Amino acid sequence: MSTENHPDNLPGVPEEPVARHGMFGVTDSGDTSGYGRLVVRRAPKLSSARPYGGYFDEIADGLEAAAGDSYAGMVERVVVDRGELTLHVAREHLTAVMSHLRDDPALRFELSLGVSGVHYPEDEGAELHAVYHLCSITHNRRVRVEVSCPDADPHIPSTVSVYPTHDWHERETYDFFGIVFDGHPALTRIEMPDDWEGHPQRKDYPLGGIPVEYRGATIPAPDQRRSYA
Amino acid sequence: MTAIHDGETAGTEQAAEGRVYNVNGEDWDEVVGAISESAEERLVVNMGPQHPSTHGVLRLVLTLDGESVTEARVGIGYLHTGIEKNMEFRTWTQGVTFVTRMDYLSPIFNETAYCLAVEKLLGITDRVPARAQAIRVMMMELNRISSHLVAIATFGLELGATTPMLFGFREREMVLDLFEYITGLRMNMAYVRPGGVSVDLPAGAVDKIGEFLKVMPGRIQEMRKLLDENPAYTRRTKDVAYLDLTGCMALGITGPMLRAAGLPWDLRKSQPYCGYETYDFGVPIQTTCDVYGRYLVRVAEMEESLKIIGQCLDRLSGSELKGKPVMIEDKKIGWPSQLALGPDGLGNSPDHIAHIMSTSMEALIHHFKLVTEGFRVPAGQAYVAVESPRGELGAHVVSDGGTRPYRVHFRDPSFTNLQAVPATCEGGMVADVIAAVASIDPVMGGVDR
Repeated sequence: MSTENHPDNLPGVPEEPVARHGMFGVTDSGDTSGYGRLVVRRAPKLSSARPYGGYFDEIADGLEAAAGDSYAGMVERVVVDRGELTLHVAREHLTAVMSHLRDDPALRFELSLGVSGVHYPEDEGAELHAVYHLCSITHNRRVRVEVSCPDADPHIPSTVSVYPTHDWHERETYDFFGIVFDGHPALTRIEMPDDWEGHPQRKDYPLGGIPVEYRGATIPAPDQRRSYA
Repeated sequence: MTAIHDGETAGTEQAAEGRVYNVNGEDWDEVVGAISESAEERLVVNMGPQHPSTHGVLRLVLTLDGESVTEARVGIGYLHTGIEKNMEFRTWTQGVTFVTRMDYLSPIFNETAYCLAVEKLLGITDRVPARAQAIRVMMMELNRISSHLVAIATFGLELGATTPMLFGFREREMVLDLFEYITGLRMNMAYVRPGGVSVDLPAGAVDKIGEFLKVMPGRIQEMRKLLDENPAYTRRTKDVAYLDLTGCMALGITGPMLRAAGLPWDLRKSQPYCGYETYDFGVPIQTTCDVYGRYLVRVAEMEESLKIIGQCLDRLSGSELKGKPVMIEDKKIGWPSQLALGPDGLGNSPDHIAHIMSTSMEALIHHFKLVTEGFRVPAGQAYVAVESPRGELGAHVVSDGGTRPYRVHFRDPSFTNLQAVPATCEGGMVADVIAAVASIDPVMGGVDR
């Protein structure tokens, strides 16, 4: 459908929210960088449809068979990207999904490689992500389970009961991101001192650092420097 | 918890947790005397973070009942340097100089895991030159040997044997000399880069590594003669710190500890990377689940590594890979500058400087853009794992499409494996704690990052 502003022969305007305008953080009219009209949009949220390819379909089938009717509510989104399968799981079903992944003969992810946190401040309602990498030694497969929680209610159920190795990993993710893993036996800080305030790996937490003077010139701290963004 | 005593030795005081003894050195008689007066048998000992046998700054809180350990708690974080956070403010290439400092005994593995993840995000895994992959494999295996040598050397020292320590560090020095000859640095080399390696092998490197391959098997045999059947050594290591396959799986233990529990799980075989599937080598295992088994696995792995290095040398000096590029041909990713060995060490190649400064304006612009801005990596996330000397070293790398990593998380094997301390130490003797911790071979730089 051709309109005056959007002729057929042009690609569609992306719908993703705008991440930033211009370059180098220039906001006033004195932008001489030549990038004044640059518009950078956020990367789209991927979602893959079946067939996922390779052994990924077998994992999805296995989980669907193990979970039964509740599968649709458990797995919110499936992403196949760069040869890796990611299951985005609703947080209230996390422990059940993990138990299925570990125990079901068709899945058998015996080994967990721990928890990694990621902070997406612009992802409203799902700012904090906990990412689990699982490995099946029986079938020689890998899968990634991703769970998100809003910043206002940073709670994710603990999976220490399923994978005891998550003990320290969940403590680390709590320490760095402030995600509270409900049911963890002793959720305390692990890397930072006990009385530390704030969670350092969050994007709103400054890196810190001091400007360095070298031969009369002052070089700002790394997070204050001009950057290509 | 402990109050400060001014000038007093072996002072005791009543605290909320019970009686606290302050030890200031050379006052054990007084401490023992004070303890023998009380009926309390339970003793909580704080070992580390400055104890010489805790591999750096590991802190152990041991509850002792006589000589046996009833509770072992591990405290870490004393070497946390915020590397993962720092990387979010540097370019993708600069990230290599950060990750190499994580697990400082296996820098090449950190670099390779990170670079493989970045390459996966860029989608250039198949375009990395074969020569670069062979050099990576060779450097990783050299690094595996140097890391295992430190593990065995420090372990010997911690049990009170100085000869394994001297032997181990002497042999490791040979590997570090090779590293210095090839990369310019003994440790923290930042040698592996996204797209390849920073510089090709210098002239004579193949010969030097060839000499190393001739000497090393004899040296490993010397170590074996010294320790394999040594009664003092076997008594301290056999049936100590038992952790079976079930325990390993539950605690996420990988590496020599897992292989000493009988499972031949080695990512180089099961999920090969960098072309490991084309090399001929074995995965040594033991089924004893104890400290001695872990030692045997490490020594056997060094012998397998020598085999792989020999095969790498054949390939690197063969007609197929000789003189081939070591950095991806893609000019938008490959580092423009080449390194050359000058009279004052490894530095920018004079030819390259002459080219960009006096003959080609475009080359200068290109160099400037790629070095200051760096390349952009398409948004997404990747997880790549390599088999480091301590187990599965995973790099979880997230990009938002910019010139800097959005988030980098390292799944360091030392961090996970240290969780085995309570499982292996509780119920044992206090002296075996040293052996148990040493057999885990934790490197605190990797644990705390």
